[in-house]
Amino acid sequence: MTIREMAERINATVYAEPDQLDEDLKGAFGSDMMSDVLAFAENRDVLLTGLLNPQIVRTAHMLDMRCIIIVRGKSATDEIKRLAAENQIALLETPLSMYEASGKLYEGGLGK
Amino acid sequence: MMSDALHFHYDVDGNNFTSAGEASVQIKRMLRQMGYHPDLIRRISVAMYEGEINMVIHAKGGDADVYVEPDCITVILKDVGPGIKDVNLAMQEGYSTAPDNIRSLGFGAGMGLPNMKRYSDELKIDSVVGVGTTIEMKFRSA
Repeated sequence: MTIREMAERINATVYAEPDQLDEDLKGAFGSDMMSDVLAFAENRDVLLTGLLNPQIVRTAHMLDMRCIIIVRGKSATDEIKRLAAENQIALLETPLSMYEASGKLYEGGLGK
Repeated sequence: MMSDALHFHYDVDGNNFTSAGEASVQIKRMLRQMGYHPDLIRRISVAMYEGEINMVIHAKGGDADVYVEPDCITVILKDVGPGIKDVNLAMQEGYSTAPDNIRSLGFGAGMGLPNMKRYSDELKIDSVVGVGTTIEMKFRSA
Protein backbone atom coordinates (compact mmCIF):
# COMPACT_ATOMS: atom_id res chain seq x y z
CA MET A 1 0.00 0.00 0.00
CA THR A 2 1.30 3.48 -0.79
CA ILE A 3 1.53 6.33 1.69
CA ARG A 4 -0.96 8.22 -0.44
CA GLU A 5 -3.50 5.42 -0.04
CA MET A 6 -2.77 4.98 3.67
CA ALA A 7 -3.34 8.68 4.30
CA GLU A 8 -6.71 8.50 2.55
CA ARG A 9 -7.84 5.43 4.47
CA ILE A 10 -7.03 6.82 7.91
CA ASN A 11 -7.66 10.49 7.19
CA ALA A 12 -4.05 11.38 7.96
CA THR A 13 -1.92 14.49 7.67
CA VAL A 14 1.27 13.64 5.78
CA TYR A 15 4.80 14.90 6.30
CA ALA A 16 6.84 13.45 3.44
CA GLU A 17 8.63 14.27 0.22
CA PRO A 18 6.60 13.83 -2.99
CA ASP A 19 8.77 10.92 -4.13
CA GLN A 20 7.87 8.97 -0.96
CA LEU A 21 4.12 9.04 -1.55
CA ASP A 22 3.87 6.25 -4.12
CA GLU A 23 6.40 3.83 -2.68
CA ASP A 24 4.77 0.44 -2.11
CA LEU A 25 5.00 -0.41 1.59
CA LYS A 26 4.63 -3.89 3.02
CA GLY A 27 3.75 -4.87 6.53
CA ALA A 28 3.11 -2.86 9.66
CA PHE A 29 3.52 -3.13 13.41
CA GLY A 30 1.67 -1.20 16.10
CA SER A 31 3.02 -0.56 19.60
CA ASP A 32 3.87 2.16 22.08
CA MET A 33 6.67 0.00 23.41
CA MET A 34 9.77 0.48 21.26
CA SER A 35 11.51 -2.52 22.84
CA ASP A 36 8.74 -4.70 21.44
CA VAL A 37 8.98 -3.04 18.05
CA LEU A 38 12.69 -3.85 17.99
CA ALA A 39 11.93 -7.43 18.98
CA PHE A 40 9.00 -8.22 16.70
CA ALA A 41 8.81 -5.82 13.76
CA GLU A 42 11.64 -6.93 11.49
CA ASN A 43 10.84 -6.63 7.79
CA ARG A 44 7.81 -4.39 8.26
CA ASP A 45 7.74 -0.98 6.61
CA VAL A 46 5.23 0.88 8.78
CA LEU A 47 5.15 1.68 12.49
CA LEU A 48 1.93 2.75 14.20
CA THR A 49 2.47 4.33 17.60
CA GLY A 50 0.99 6.73 20.10
CA LEU A 51 4.38 7.39 21.68
CA LEU A 52 5.83 10.83 21.04
CA ASN A 53 9.56 11.06 21.44
CA PRO A 54 12.52 11.02 19.05
CA GLN A 55 13.21 7.37 19.82
CA ILE A 56 10.25 6.36 17.66
CA VAL A 57 12.22 7.64 14.67
CA ARG A 58 15.46 5.99 15.80
CA THR A 59 13.64 2.70 16.31
CA ALA A 60 12.04 2.89 12.87
CA HIS A 61 15.36 3.89 11.32
CA MET A 62 17.24 0.97 12.92
CA LEU A 63 14.70 -1.45 11.43
CA ASP A 64 14.80 0.24 8.01
CA MET A 65 11.11 1.16 8.30
CA ARG A 66 9.76 3.67 5.80
CA CYS A 67 6.81 5.28 7.55
CA ILE A 68 5.60 6.19 11.06
CA ILE A 69 1.90 6.71 11.75
CA ILE A 70 1.17 8.69 14.90
CA VAL A 71 -2.25 7.71 16.20
CA ARG A 72 -4.90 9.12 18.58
CA GLY A 73 -4.78 12.65 17.19
CA LYS A 74 -1.37 13.47 18.57
CA SER A 75 1.01 15.84 16.81
CA ALA A 76 4.64 15.09 16.05
CA THR A 77 7.12 17.42 17.72
CA ASP A 78 9.51 19.48 15.60
CA GLU A 79 12.36 17.22 16.71
CA ILE A 80 10.46 14.14 15.52
CA LYS A 81 9.67 15.80 12.19
CA ARG A 82 13.27 16.87 11.71
CA LEU A 83 14.69 13.41 12.51
CA ALA A 84 12.15 11.68 10.28
CA ALA A 85 12.89 13.97 7.32
CA GLU A 86 16.63 13.53 7.87
CA ASN A 87 16.22 9.76 7.60
CA GLN A 88 13.69 9.77 4.74
CA ILE A 89 10.96 8.31 6.92
CA ALA A 90 7.45 9.53 6.08
CA LEU A 91 5.33 10.78 9.00
CA LEU A 92 1.55 10.50 9.17
CA GLU A 93 -0.77 11.83 11.86
CA THR A 94 -4.23 10.32 12.21
CA PRO A 95 -7.08 11.19 14.56
CA LEU A 96 -7.95 7.47 14.75
CA SER A 97 -6.99 5.13 17.57
CA MET A 98 -4.30 2.53 16.94
CA TYR A 99 -7.00 -0.16 16.78
CA GLU A 100 -9.09 1.72 14.23
CA ALA A 101 -6.14 2.80 12.10
CA SER A 102 -4.69 -0.74 12.10
CA GLY A 103 -8.09 -2.18 11.17
CA LYS A 104 -8.59 0.14 8.23
CA LEU A 105 -5.09 -0.41 6.88
CA TYR A 106 -5.29 -4.18 7.29
CA GLU A 107 -8.68 -4.24 5.62
CA GLY A 108 -7.12 -2.35 2.72
CA GLY A 109 -4.49 -5.05 2.35
CA LEU A 110 -1.51 -3.73 4.32
CA GLY A 111 0.18 -6.68 6.01
CA LYS A 112 -2.41 -9.18 4.82
CA MET B 1 43.19 -10.67 16.56
CA MET B 2 41.49 -7.39 15.81
CA SER B 3 44.70 -5.57 14.94
CA ASP B 4 43.72 -5.10 11.31
CA ALA B 5 40.20 -4.00 12.14
CA LEU B 6 38.91 -0.49 11.59
CA HIS B 7 38.11 0.93 15.01
CA PHE B 8 35.38 3.45 15.78
CA HIS B 9 34.83 4.94 19.22
CA TYR B 10 31.79 6.77 20.56
CA ASP B 11 31.00 8.33 23.93
CA VAL B 12 27.43 7.49 24.87
CA ASP B 13 25.98 10.44 26.79
CA GLY B 14 24.06 9.14 29.79
CA ASN B 15 22.32 12.39 30.59
CA ASN B 16 20.41 12.78 27.38
CA PHE B 17 17.75 10.25 26.48
CA THR B 18 16.89 12.19 23.33
CA SER B 19 20.32 11.62 21.83
CA ALA B 20 20.47 7.94 22.81
CA GLY B 21 21.07 5.91 19.68
CA GLU B 22 23.25 8.42 17.86
CA ALA B 23 26.27 6.10 17.84
CA SER B 24 24.14 3.35 16.30
CA VAL B 25 22.87 5.77 13.67
CA GLN B 26 26.45 6.67 12.74
CA ILE B 27 27.57 3.03 12.60
CA LYS B 28 24.58 2.18 10.43
CA ARG B 29 25.45 4.98 8.01
CA MET B 30 29.09 3.97 7.89
CA LEU B 31 28.43 0.26 7.32
CA ARG B 32 26.06 1.21 4.49
CA GLN B 33 28.79 3.25 2.87
CA MET B 34 31.13 0.30 3.21
CA GLY B 35 28.61 -1.84 1.35
CA TYR B 36 27.67 -4.44 3.96
CA HIS B 37 24.45 -6.40 3.43
CA PRO B 38 21.34 -4.54 4.66
CA ASP B 39 20.22 -7.51 6.82
CA LEU B 40 23.57 -7.59 8.60
CA ILE B 41 23.52 -3.82 9.08
CA ARG B 42 20.01 -4.01 10.51
CA ARG B 43 21.01 -6.72 13.00
CA ILE B 44 24.03 -4.72 14.14
CA SER B 45 22.26 -1.40 14.45
CA VAL B 46 19.24 -2.79 16.34
CA ALA B 47 21.44 -4.69 18.81
CA MET B 48 23.77 -1.76 19.33
CA TYR B 49 20.85 0.62 19.73
CA GLU B 50 19.38 -1.57 22.47
CA GLY B 51 22.79 -1.56 24.15
CA GLU B 52 23.05 2.20 23.93
CA ILE B 53 19.57 2.64 25.39
CA ASN B 54 20.51 0.28 28.23
CA MET B 55 23.63 2.29 29.01
CA VAL B 56 21.59 5.49 29.15
CA ILE B 57 18.81 3.95 31.26
CA HIS B 58 20.93 2.05 33.75
CA ALA B 59 24.49 3.32 33.72
CA LYS B 60 24.66 7.05 32.96
CA GLY B 61 26.23 6.29 29.59
CA GLY B 62 29.54 4.71 28.68
CA ASP B 63 31.82 3.82 25.79
CA ALA B 64 30.88 2.17 22.53
CA ASP B 65 33.65 0.68 20.43
CA VAL B 66 33.09 -0.94 17.06
CA TYR B 67 35.70 -3.01 15.25
CA VAL B 68 35.03 -3.64 11.60
CA GLU B 69 36.69 -6.54 9.82
CA PRO B 70 35.60 -7.77 6.40
CA ASP B 71 33.76 -10.85 7.71
CA CYS B 72 33.09 -9.89 11.34
CA ILE B 73 31.92 -6.80 13.17
CA THR B 74 32.45 -6.57 16.90
CA VAL B 75 30.57 -4.13 19.12
CA ILE B 76 31.83 -3.54 22.65
CA LEU B 77 29.72 -1.52 25.07
CA LYS B 78 31.36 -0.66 28.36
CA ASP B 79 29.88 1.20 31.28
CA VAL B 80 30.73 1.85 34.91
CA GLY B 81 27.11 1.51 36.03
CA PRO B 82 25.60 -0.58 38.82
CA GLY B 83 26.22 -3.93 37.09
CA ILE B 84 23.74 -6.74 36.49
CA LYS B 85 22.92 -8.76 39.62
CA ASP B 86 21.59 -11.85 37.86
CA VAL B 87 22.56 -12.14 34.21
CA ASN B 88 20.38 -15.23 33.61
CA LEU B 89 17.36 -13.36 34.92
CA ALA B 90 18.20 -10.29 32.83
CA MET B 91 18.32 -12.50 29.73
CA GLN B 92 14.68 -13.54 30.21
CA GLU B 93 12.21 -11.76 27.96
CA GLY B 94 10.08 -9.41 30.01
CA TYR B 95 12.38 -9.11 33.00
CA SER B 96 13.27 -5.49 33.62
CA THR B 97 14.67 -3.32 36.38
CA ALA B 98 14.06 -0.08 34.47
CA PRO B 99 12.16 2.61 36.37
CA ASP B 100 8.60 3.53 35.37
CA ASN B 101 9.62 6.81 33.77
CA ILE B 102 11.67 4.81 31.26
CA ARG B 103 8.66 2.65 30.41
CA SER B 104 6.71 5.79 29.61
CA LEU B 105 9.45 6.57 27.07
CA GLY B 106 8.83 3.27 25.29
CA PHE B 107 11.63 1.17 26.75
CA GLY B 108 12.12 -1.04 29.78
CA ALA B 109 9.97 -3.92 28.56
CA GLY B 110 12.69 -6.40 29.40
CA MET B 111 13.54 -7.02 25.76
CA GLY B 112 16.92 -5.28 25.56
CA LEU B 113 19.34 -8.09 26.34
CA PRO B 114 17.13 -10.76 24.69
CA ASN B 115 17.08 -8.60 21.56
CA MET B 116 20.85 -8.23 21.62
CA LYS B 117 21.14 -12.01 21.82
CA ARG B 118 18.55 -12.48 19.09
CA TYR B 119 20.29 -10.17 16.62
CA SER B 120 23.95 -11.04 17.32
CA ASP B 121 25.90 -14.18 16.48
CA GLU B 122 27.75 -14.10 19.78
CA LEU B 123 26.98 -12.22 22.99
CA LYS B 124 29.28 -12.01 25.99
CA ILE B 125 28.26 -10.22 29.16
CA ASP B 126 30.85 -9.38 31.75
CA SER B 127 29.21 -7.64 34.68
CA VAL B 128 30.29 -6.96 38.24
CA VAL B 129 27.82 -5.39 40.68
CA GLY B 130 29.05 -1.97 41.72
CA VAL B 131 31.78 -1.92 39.06
CA GLY B 132 30.10 -2.00 35.67
CA THR B 133 29.13 -4.00 32.64
CA THR B 134 30.91 -4.83 29.41
CA ILE B 135 28.95 -6.36 26.59
CA GLU B 136 30.64 -7.80 23.53
CA MET B 137 28.62 -8.71 20.46
CA LYS B 138 29.91 -10.31 17.30
CA PHE B 139 28.17 -10.23 13.96
CA ARG B 140 29.39 -12.33 11.07
CA SER B 141 28.70 -11.58 7.47
CA ALA B 142 27.46 -14.87 6.08
